[in-house]
Amino acid sequence: MSVVDHLPILIIIIPLIAAPLCVLFDSAKVSWLLALAACIFSFIGSIKLLNTITASGPISYSLGGWQPPWGIEYRLDLLSIILLLLLTSIASLVVLFARYSVEQEISKNRIVPFYATLLLAIAGLSGICISGDVFNLFVFLEISSIASYTLISLGKDRRALNAAFKYLVMGTIGATFILIGIGFLYMQTGTLNMQDLSERLPSLYDNRTIRAGFAFLTVGICLKLALFPLHLWLPNAYAYAPSVVSAFLAATATKVAVYMLLRFLLTVFDFNFSLNTMPLDVILIALGSVAIVSSSLVAIFQVNLKRLLAYSSIAQLGYISLSIGLASKLGIASAIIHLFNHALMKGALFLALGAMIYKVGGAELKHCQGMLKRMPLTSLAIIIGGLSLIGIPGTAGFISKWYMINASLEAGLWPLALLILFGSLLAIIYVWKMVEAITLQPSTSTATAPLTRDEAPLTMLVPIWALVIANIYYGINTELTVSLAQRAANILVGGY
Amino acid sequence: MELSITLMLALLLVPLTVAIALPFFNSSPNLREAVTLFGSIVLLICAAMLYQTIDFDNPPQLILAIPLPNYPILFSPDPLGIMFSLLVSTLWPITSLYAIGYIRQHKELNQTRFYCFFALSIAVTQAIALSGNMLTLFIFYEMLTLATFPLVTHAGSKQAKQAGRLYLGILMGTSIMFLLLATIWSANIAGTLAFQADGIFPADTDPFLLNILLLLFVFGTAKAALMPFHHWLPAAMVAPVPVSALLHAVAVVKAGVFTLLKVVIYLFGIDNISLLPAADFLAYLAGFTIVAASLIALKQDNIKARLAYSTIGQLSYIILGAMLATSSSIMGSSMHIVTHAFGKITLFFCAGAILLATHKTRVSELNGIGKQIPITLCCFTLAALSTIGLPPFAGMWSKWWLVQGTIESGQLILTASLLISSLLNLIYLLEIPLRAFFFQQSTTPLTFKEPLSPHLLAIGTTTLLCLLLFLKPDVLYHLINLIDKGL
Amino acid sequence: MSNVAGLFNYWVVIFLMMAGFFVVISQGNLVKKIIGLSLFQASAFILYISIGHVSGGEVPIYVEGSNLYSNPLPHVLILTAIVVSVSTTAVGLAIIIRIKETYNTVEEDEIQIIDNRKDDEDEPVEEEHPAEQKEDQS
Repeated sequence: MSVVDHLPILIIIIPLIAAPLCVLFDSAKVSWLLALAACIFSFIGSIKLLNTITASGPISYSLGGWQPPWGIEYRLDLLSIILLLLLTSIASLVVLFARYSVEQEISKNRIVPFYATLLLAIAGLSGICISGDVFNLFVFLEISSIASYTLISLGKDRRALNAAFKYLVMGTIGATFILIGIGFLYMQTGTLNMQDLSERLPSLYDNRTIRAGFAFLTVGICLKLALFPLHLWLPNAYAYAPSVVSAFLAATATKVAVYMLLRFLLTVFDFNFSLNTMPLDVILIALGSVAIVSSSLVAIFQVNLKRLLAYSSIAQLGYISLSIGLASKLGIASAIIHLFNHALMKGALFLALGAMIYKVGGAELKHCQGMLKRMPLTSLAIIIGGLSLIGIPGTAGFISKWYMINASLEAGLWPLALLILFGSLLAIIYVWKMVEAITLQPSTSTATAPLTRDEAPLTMLVPIWALVIANIYYGINTELTVSLAQRAANILVGGY
Repeated sequence: MELSITLMLALLLVPLTVAIALPFFNSSPNLREAVTLFGSIVLLICAAMLYQTIDFDNPPQLILAIPLPNYPILFSPDPLGIMFSLLVSTLWPITSLYAIGYIRQHKELNQTRFYCFFALSIAVTQAIALSGNMLTLFIFYEMLTLATFPLVTHAGSKQAKQAGRLYLGILMGTSIMFLLLATIWSANIAGTLAFQADGIFPADTDPFLLNILLLLFVFGTAKAALMPFHHWLPAAMVAPVPVSALLHAVAVVKAGVFTLLKVVIYLFGIDNISLLPAADFLAYLAGFTIVAASLIALKQDNIKARLAYSTIGQLSYIILGAMLATSSSIMGSSMHIVTHAFGKITLFFCAGAILLATHKTRVSELNGIGKQIPITLCCFTLAALSTIGLPPFAGMWSKWWLVQGTIESGQLILTASLLISSLLNLIYLLEIPLRAFFFQQSTTPLTFKEPLSPHLLAIGTTTLLCLLLFLKPDVLYHLINLIDKGL
Repeated sequence: MSNVAGLFNYWVVIFLMMAGFFVVISQGNLVKKIIGLSLFQASAFILYISIGHVSGGEVPIYVEGSNLYSNPLPHVLILTAIVVSVSTTAVGLAIIIRIKETYNTVEEDEIQIIDNRKDDEDEPVEEEHPAEQKEDQS
């Protein structure tokens, strides 16, 4: 019994244990180091698991040796490991970034609890990706959600409190819906294990209870996913949370929610039932389209850049939902590709904004003046991240757009292709708004701060540029992302 | 083969290296200018060598990366691409020479940034010229918009910002909504985007779909300034003269029509195009643009604006030839890319020289300046004659072939539009030397004030080339014939 | 037992769920919202527990001679879910305390008015946290 055999549980336990350790040591520096160590451990563990899974197929790990379906099973297949890799890598980068950022944005006596809560959130999100038992998934969902509510409330701006509270109320309702959905499924099948459910459910697809359970589950997950019109919690939560938290949540929390949706729609229930029998394909396409257009339009008029990016995130999640709604292998694959690429984009952008807040004090348009001269590397990162959002070739965003449009054309729905491209046009407007504000040279009479070069510290620049370079790299060498996504989609749609 | 691939890489890397190296020479302008000139001459040598050594029956293939399965970033030039590459390589050193003189005398700010992005734009244009498939061409088409944006907004004024927004908005908007859609859709239908002589679409493709695709491709290529997506061109005139000269007379707009020609010849196939009613519609739209642009040019008082609308009209000549898709019209279009470039760049150079010498930007103010700057205006006249299409200048040949093409395809209305626009060109272009030489300045008399300067040298060179191309169009004809042979 | 009276437990669940949900939406007082949330979650608990009962089954503790037991698993699940609900309530109440200290009110509409006023003055507001300042000094 080596470490490697127990990796699935260790990836969750190590951050979970590190959290109270942070509080025990009660020092900001030590907490930061502990958090970084835990995240890097999880990241290395995920890479190891990726190699194992691509070589020999899904991993099944029984908690405590109790065999499924009576014991809790942790099951890692290709989709889980993609998400886990994404989650742990972004967590590591964000924690690296957090060192100086939290000193400025979070009050001194809250920094140690901040790291502890962040570790809990990471553990919770990892648990969602790894768990093969629906109730266990619910528990981890709540762990990560409660941690998120707390993290958001730590923001400097007092409106963070109300935002956290609203998120709490909406998030709990969503989670309770998921709980009720799970209850309905359990009622009819008597099992909580995902594999077991997928075997028992097909004969029950006409059962009203199962259908009601499906509906409750979908609505609950879509609330976590911030699918229009259940997105109302997201803009304020991302805008007023500390920059580290915004970056982390934007790049991971909603992606894990998409994972939950895919897991339930395609593994627990099957592809045919979820997207053909139940009208979820039409609903996802309709809501996704509205999300794309309306959120992009609202984003154009935002003055607070973090809010602008938050609305942009809602629009991007609309793209992902739309791709899932296309109900084809290519659609699911393109959703996974965009999930990955969008995490890279938004991670880079939010972190870069965090660097700007650290140096300049705010993230509104008026704070951007002269950024290009003052913080050239950060400004360049924002520009490249923005170009990736638009979908300029050479960046990861282009690859996602290509696959999504291909999927729409393949499904014969060319109006959707036009809509996706129109969304890019709207993205040009709000991205260019940011870029113009950054590159605008103020006249010396109106300059509010000296225009000397004052770049962000290295621990901030490294994560930002790691993500930016990843953006460009995965826009040119897409072998890893595309092949993994397509294989995952094949497995999910084709069934076990 | 190896040599060709190395030369292709060189064509891409030399301007890129110049662009990256220039910021290091920020403190010593002379050294910086030397680097630019040196780089541009190296580029010209590489382009010439590539032309000499390339074997079109067995073209070299350079793959940089494979972002999407089946669609690599591929460089594999055909005769048309080599012609475009040679054109840009020839004009970069000359424009650099001009720019050195103009920018220093005009005392522009941010000169290093200017030369940097200039070199970058040249690199991207080379990439467009050498593209082997539509994906590569699209990627670098988009990058060209981004690379030229800082040049358009160089002045930093409010007007420059507005122009920049319009530039970006129209070019990127159309390329994302239409060109990208067309590219992906074609990839979906044909399974490949590589340029092939008979086109890539299978024979049983729904012709309605092909029509839609052609419309998307043409309207998506707003760099070709077909109406109604032409507004960016006059707006971009807010840029400094060397930018307007090289980019908007040569690189950017020619990249647009080059894209269209490649799409027509190598994605659709010439025989297929002539069957599409959309092509006829677009030919007529081009004809309309030719006449409308010429009429608008007549009314423009600002010299650069007049030349901008003239460019729009001239570009539609090329689009017209492409849409008619007969052997002669394709030859005419391809040729016109080169002949128009030389003529227009000279005209823009002269406009800049007029601005430098007399600080005048309006046609109505030009009375009598012939006394002050006779050589400049002489060159202007000669270049104008080339643009109008009169012998003994290069422009005549391309017009000849285009008219031939319209007659061959029986579209006599289009022949008429070509001839009418030539007449209008005559009027609005020759008005300038007419005023300069034959009208009198009502205020103080002007004296000869035309020192020998780099930009004057540049003007002289390009004018000579207009003449030369007429007398000895060997290289041009060789390439054009190769294009024709491949059809 | 599929008549209306036999479905008594489900009626309770539905009533509690709707009552809780209604309280969350309609009440402006943040504490009342939390109470509504608790009601809402309680309905889910009752759903689980009530379906665990097997008619004729014993309490699920092993007794000699019995073969039929009620299902203990839902009880276990709900214990976990109750813990989750308590944590959520705790965090919610903690946030409410901080809101009270910052805004001096826990009514949603008043908070909105205070924020809008600050918005008009166009300043992101730092938290005013008197208790914390005392801590920093010690």
